[in-house]
Amino acid sequence: MTAANVYQQRPDDSVKAESPLHHAGFNELAGKGKSGAGVTLREKKLLAHLTLRGDSRDPAFAEGVHNALGLELPAALSLSTRDHVSLQWIGPDEFLLIAPRGEEFAIEQKLRLALGEQHIQVVNVSGGQTILELSGPKARDVLMKSTSYDVHPNTFPVGKAVGSVFAKTQLYIRHTGDDTYELLVRRSFADYIWAWLQDASGEYGLAVEG
Amino acid sequence: MLYIFCPHCGESRSEEEFAPAGQAHIARPLDPAACSDAEWGEYMWFRDNPRGLRHELWLHAAGCRKYFNATRHTVSYEIVETYKIGEKPSFSETVDEPQPQAQGATA
Repeated sequence: MTAANVYQQRPDDSVKAESPLHHAGFNELAGKGKSGAGVTLREKKLLAHLTLRGDSRDPAFAEGVHNALGLELPAALSLSTRDHVSLQWIGPDEFLLIAPRGEEFAIEQKLRLALGEQHIQVVNVSGGQTILELSGPKARDVLMKSTSYDVHPNTFPVGKAVGSVFAKTQLYIRHTGDDTYELLVRRSFADYIWAWLQDASGEYGLAVEG
Repeated sequence: MLYIFCPHCGESRSEEEFAPAGQAHIARPLDPAACSDAEWGEYMWFRDNPRGLRHELWLHAAGCRKYFNATRHTVSYEIVETYKIGEKPSFSETVDEPQPQAQGATA
């Protein structure tokens, strides 16, 4: 175990937690869209997001991560998933771990224990970003209007995750299912992206899930 | 729109994902305190501006957020290769002579 100061950063339930899109009122909007909407939007809010950095070419790092998480280090531009935990390649020395709400403290402890004295970094960035899940038969059309990245299944299969320009800003697109994509959005851009997605999906019909 | 190959991501991406970061392969003086003002100023501020192939530092700003090197022709903008930092380029820098233009000629 290293000398890093690791502590529980998530307040208990007596403190009200609000996602970056709290003001959009997804719970009130749920079920009010057209039936047979081409695009369905859902915020996967308040999950545990941890940035993990280390040398991915070092077998000891990959082994430590596997011991702690039961996940292989993902190859470039890909996503490894196990149960409700996913590990995403961000760069050659940077990964993003997303886990269910409230698990970040235990996972950080496990990672630090498994990686010991290696030159690594684990940072809890849960408050800094959120996930918007787009699904439905027209979800890919909305992406095609928004990004210069080629999201055709031939170049962007399920399990791939890329950072790219999106609606004049930047975010990560994660292809998690046939017609399902996750957008990893920075907190301060969440309202802008929400407004963009409403506009971009207007012609296909947008349904919101609370 | 140019497509630029990111050696970290391993695929070509559109130009708008990238940011140029100037001349590559500029060695920092080993002992900055021993530099004269002229030497330090040369390292810090002065950059070449040739016509021809040039080694440059680029940043994949919207993707993996990593720096890499590119060999780019400053007249045609053609990028002939990209390579990771620490690797050797396979193209050398060139300095092309400007084409003489006839004075007063109309295009």
